[in-house]
Amino acid sequence: MDRADLAAVAAAAEADGNVSIPSGTVISVRDLTKTYQVGDIEVRALRGASLDVKKGEFVCVTGPSGSGKSTFMHIIGCLDRPTSGQYFLDGKDVSRMSKDELAGIRNTKIGFVFQGFNLLSRTTALDNVELPLLYNGGKDRMKTSERHRRAKEVLEIVGLSKRMDHYPNQLSGGQQQRVAIARALINNPSILLADEPTGNLDTRTSIEVMDIFQKLNLEHGITVVLITHEMDIAEHGTRFVKFRDGKIQIDEQITKRRMASEELKLLPPPDDDNSHVPPSVAEQKQQQPAAH
Amino acid sequence: MSILMTLRIALKALNRNKMRTVLTMLGMIIGVGAVITMVALGTGARTTIEERVKSAGTNMINVNAGNFSSGGVRMGQGNSTTLIPEDATAMRAIPGVQYVAAGANTRAQVIAGNQNWSTNIQGTDVDLPLIRSWPAKYGSFFSAQDVSGAQKVAVLGSVVSNTLFGEDVDPTGQIIRIKSQPFKVIGVMASKGQSAMGQDQDDTVFVPYTTVIKKLQGQQHINNVTVSAAQSDIINDVAEAIRVELRTRHKIQPGDADDFMVRTLEEMASVQTETAKTMTTLLASIAGVSLLVGGIGIMNIMLVSVTERTREIGLRMAIGARGKDVLLQFLVEAIVISLIGGMIGIGLGFGLSAAVQRFMQWPADISGDAIALAFGFAALTGIFFGFYPARKAASLDPIEALRFE
Repeated sequence: MDRADLAAVAAAAEADGNVSIPSGTVISVRDLTKTYQVGDIEVRALRGASLDVKKGEFVCVTGPSGSGKSTFMHIIGCLDRPTSGQYFLDGKDVSRMSKDELAGIRNTKIGFVFQGFNLLSRTTALDNVELPLLYNGGKDRMKTSERHRRAKEVLEIVGLSKRMDHYPNQLSGGQQQRVAIARALINNPSILLADEPTGNLDTRTSIEVMDIFQKLNLEHGITVVLITHEMDIAEHGTRFVKFRDGKIQIDEQITKRRMASEELKLLPPPDDDNSHVPPSVAEQKQQQPAAH
Repeated sequence: MSILMTLRIALKALNRNKMRTVLTMLGMIIGVGAVITMVALGTGARTTIEERVKSAGTNMINVNAGNFSSGGVRMGQGNSTTLIPEDATAMRAIPGVQYVAAGANTRAQVIAGNQNWSTNIQGTDVDLPLIRSWPAKYGSFFSAQDVSGAQKVAVLGSVVSNTLFGEDVDPTGQIIRIKSQPFKVIGVMASKGQSAMGQDQDDTVFVPYTTVIKKLQGQQHINNVTVSAAQSDIINDVAEAIRVELRTRHKIQPGDADDFMVRTLEEMASVQTETAKTMTTLLASIAGVSLLVGGIGIMNIMLVSVTERTREIGLRMAIGARGKDVLLQFLVEAIVISLIGGMIGIGLGFGLSAAVQRFMQWPADISGDAIALAFGFAALTGIFFGFYPARKAASLDPIEALRFE
């Protein structure tokens, strides 16, 4: 969907008298609530959250556990539907879509990056990256060569084109996360949704991964929503959102943005950035048993 | 997602865990292999019976004297005295009858030199070797003159000849004693093996039936008549004509029971074929149970696999797999396991059947039906036992699945 379409959809929504969506807005969330029923107890995870994310923003979401940020992220990621409220993604109301429609949205409009990488084991980096292309609803089905070309392209962006035939257990944690980022990018999503992407990584690797997110954001104009509980990670974004008790408590622009590329220069030179050395035991433990 | 893509994903997933895939397949392999082998052995047994019947002469009709009752006491079959040599002669006139051999049997101790042997003395006619297509190994069968003259000549079955005179010895011209009477051996029959009824056809001595009734037994009646029809397709008509003829000759009133039995060999054989069929079904059912167990094995492994791969399923859903895609992937995995297992099982079935045939001398006959059945059953097992785990995978909540440790 290009910009003209977006504007048209937004205009149509406005004409309906529903919501007004400023043009250039990728995510538009209105009075989102989510209530879970746990036994007899009602858990109100979200109690009316509203947020607009413009294209090209880098939003870092934080909040203590139980603040509703995970629920918020699940709804933003179309993994869950809100109890009430509306969610427009690229001007399209996705809050009332069916499960299968949501799967399609996740496939084409959202790129997920998880804390635990979630790569398929015993599957090459290239095959892992290609995975979302297999689920594109049979519409514009791609030839194998075309899929390979796309996968190589995105692996190039994350700087892993030389490791595309490696298996996850031959890659370091940072490299695995970069494969995961490449996988998230392959369908040209509207947003990149990262859930604690540095949670399993050491400081240096965390900054390296943040560097990639920043590059994608600055050089490729990709909208990023990143959930973290580390303040110094959150300061890499352009906007800071803090959840508390199911509501947005703080929503402000970051004035003194940290730049990962600058930080990397200050750190001692990397000692683990050679793939010829097999991964350490610690790194192997970090791998996820996503598939056996 | 296209079926081809699903297939590729399933194959990749199976390839990722070869050991488990192979072990799961093993259940299918053994199941299908067992079904094919068992059915092959059963079919082989049936074919053998049918072949024996054929070698015995498919157009053979046996007429036996019926039971004999005297004052309410019923003797066994063959004891009736109403069947006489003239009945056999009359049968020759019936259209469609080719050969007729009257028969009178007894059991006796046969003595030659210092050897003796208790055997069946079959009094018969010159037509018998023609009816049974049974050549002589040494000498020749007796002649019509021997029959009409009630000569004391004997043609030995190979077992009797071997027992009395030793293997590979031509005993023609020797004298044997049956019931203290000297008989001249004029021939030995070629070995014929077991009959369709399981009797050793070579453990016998042939003499003219006239000799049995006049010299050995001192009776007027005969015990049976062996008839052959000119063609096998008219055998039932000929059998019926013989029945009608005998009823007329024996003056049996309508409504009264026959005092004889007319049986075709096919009739006797069909009983045995039925038995073999039952055996085949039984064996196949037992083998089918192992196929079922193989199927349950697939379900078991698939369930474990779904639990183990919960995160993978969650990830696939997060990147756009619909419930349908996940269902199809696991279903196809199960079907692929059972189909490949089924194919290997067919190979195993062939191998086992051949081995049993070769080393245990059991006839085995692999039928296309059995292969189709086993293979179809394997596919069905895959679908049936793969569906539940696949549905379980498809109904997972992506959020929960991604959180699964």
